[in-house]
Amino acid sequence: MAKVLVFVEQREGKLKKASFEILGASAAAGNETHAVIIGDGVAGLANECAQYGANKVHVVQDAALKNYTGEAYSKALVAAIKNISPEIILASHTPMGKELLPIVAAHVDGALATDCTSLQFAGGKLQLKRPVYSGKAIAEVEFCGSGIQMATIRQNAIGLPKPDSSKTADSSSITVDLSGLKTKILEVVKGNSARPDVTEASIVVSGGRSLKASENFKILEDLADTMGAAVGASRAAVDAGYRPHRDQVGQTGKVVSPSLYIACGISGAIQHLAGMRTSKVIVAINTDPQAPIFQIADYAIVGDLFQIVPALTNEVKHLKE
Amino acid sequence: MNLYVCIKQVPDTETKIKVNGDASGIDTTGVKWIMSSYDEFAVEEALRLKEKNAGSTVTVVSAGPDRVVDALRTALAMGADNAIHVELPENADSNMAAKALTGALKKESGIDLIFFGKEALDDGAAQVPQLVATYMGIPAVTVVCGIEYSGNTLKCKREIEGGSFEMVEVSTPAVIAAHKGLNEPRYATLPNIMKAKKKEVKALKLADVGVSASDQKIKLKNFQLPPPKQAGKKIDGDAAAQAKALVTALHNEAKVI
Ligand SMILES: Cc1cc2nc3c(=O)[nH]c(=O)nc-3n(C[C@H](O)[C@H](O)[C@H](O)COP(=O)(O)OP(=O)(O)OC[C@H]3O[C@@H](n4cnc5c(N)ncnc54)[C@H](O)[C@@H]3O)c2cc1C
Ligand SMILES: Nc1ncnc2c1ncn2[C@@H]1O[C@H](COP(=O)(O)O)[C@@H](O)[C@H]1O
Repeated sequence: MAKVLVFVEQREGKLKKASFEILGASAAAGNETHAVIIGDGVAGLANECAQYGANKVHVVQDAALKNYTGEAYSKALVAAIKNISPEIILASHTPMGKELLPIVAAHVDGALATDCTSLQFAGGKLQLKRPVYSGKAIAEVEFCGSGIQMATIRQNAIGLPKPDSSKTADSSSITVDLSGLKTKILEVVKGNSARPDVTEASIVVSGGRSLKASENFKILEDLADTMGAAVGASRAAVDAGYRPHRDQVGQTGKVVSPSLYIACGISGAIQHLAGMRTSKVIVAINTDPQAPIFQIADYAIVGDLFQIVPALTNEVKHLKE
Repeated sequence: MNLYVCIKQVPDTETKIKVNGDASGIDTTGVKWIMSSYDEFAVEEALRLKEKNAGSTVTVVSAGPDRVVDALRTALAMGADNAIHVELPENADSNMAAKALTGALKKESGIDLIFFGKEALDDGAAQVPQLVATYMGIPAVTVVCGIEYSGNTLKCKREIEGGSFEMVEVSTPAVIAAHKGLNEPRYATLPNIMKAKKKEVKALKLADVGVSASDQKIKLKNFQLPPPKQAGKKIDGDAAAQAKALVTALHNEAKVI
């Protein structure tokens, strides 16, 4: 059992599902689990943290923390660490968590392993695995020395616990001096997508060069929308201008780990596999029975995506009825 | 302006990875080494800034074994003015690399900006830029895919989730970690590649930058290739039958929809 601090991430007053994965894992291991929420007017989120396993919730609130900056949030998190004195600090490997934790590690002289896909606790210590060389290999993390152990965990890698909605939080607040900040958020430009982000979604439907035109992605979007899925793309599809780069899955795009990944007309180049090989269930649809994507597919359909995908959409609709 | 770029040399993305004898890392024999992809955006950004601001210099810094000098020469061939090679053991962690780079950078004076890639293609850690910034006592903005410069103020477009962007204002000195979209990196021309071979590369030893074994915070061990996947289920029939069978399997067997 260890004293664990979990940085619970919120944007616009909404907590991230990925943070609950970590709270759940820490609580399930019997750790003394402290959640830290940083923001402005976010005290109301404390109960949800308790429901996912936090024994104690600490809220750092300030008008200067309304929007995330690495500078301001690191000051807030360092203040919380001083207050709580944890042995272990965890966060999600999200755009926020992955920028923030190294800054904090440098301030508290912690030992940090990022983008871990396996999280376990043994004798009050962290046991982690992380992919290296874009997932072409996986390694165990050994901590040197006795400093604070820190990690960021890949989203969707460890699974979501069931919340206990009867729980309420034992919460307290922590104050921090935020004078003299050098970075400032001028604006947050919102994406206009109604679909989930590829890195957050539990189902991703991806298309490749073979879609031949951006309009043709409509059939993938229709399938995605029946399942609440995100739409991803291969680099060839992005380079051809069919999809924005933010949807690119792979070594030079996003790394995703959904419970279901459906690759439509994607050959399965090594750089694409790097971005999706830790998906739990992989479906490949390809006209070429020799396509490398079939080597990692759990379900293989040799066929024309332009016929299969609309048929799938119909079947899923039937299922949901 | 005094512009710095930290670049890492990594195995080419096509490399077939083999685990070494004691599983403490990979077998590097026959590996083709390249400059990590995002670092190309970092070098390009510094070069463009130099071209707009007369009298600027671009210095590239890399920590690693002797082989990393090749990556420095690639950056020199692209147009960087100076290069610094800091000695670092092959399997050093992010923190030790960051300490080594910080030690080298602290020997320089009047630094305006230090550019990095947002993450390296080998360890994908996304740590070193933020660590160096914090050790230098300056702010870091990462995953930057656009910058507007006015005087010593930068307006950075930082990509976050959901297709959203944070517009972050920061003043020099600062660390910027580059993402795709920031620019289109140039190719080095053959004459410049030849010239770069003759340029001097300043060499620093670990002791020169005040780094020791105790700066290593984590070690990676027991490297393994991902477990081979069992052959998947092939679903036959016409499109309608395949679709029906797949949805049934995903629902009843895999339980993911
Ligand atoms: C440094 C570097 C980084 C890279 N990073 C990435 C990355 O992040 N992500 C990435 O994806 N790639 C990346 N690549 C590119 C990668 O090597 C491949 O070129 C790319 O993934 C191929 O995309 P694709 O599968 O859509 O196209 P292709 O390889 O052309 O494959 C198209 C597939 O569609 C099939 N097909 C054609 N018509 C149909 C149909 N009607 N129905 C079903 N199937 C059909 C074909 O059989 C073929 O298998 C990178 C490359 C390099 C060098
Ligand atoms: N050994 C190194 N030498 C120089 N720069 C490095 C080194 N390691 C990491 N970097 C820089 O830090 C960025 C992020 O690397 P990483 O934190 O390893 O993902 C890289 O893109 C480089 O710009």
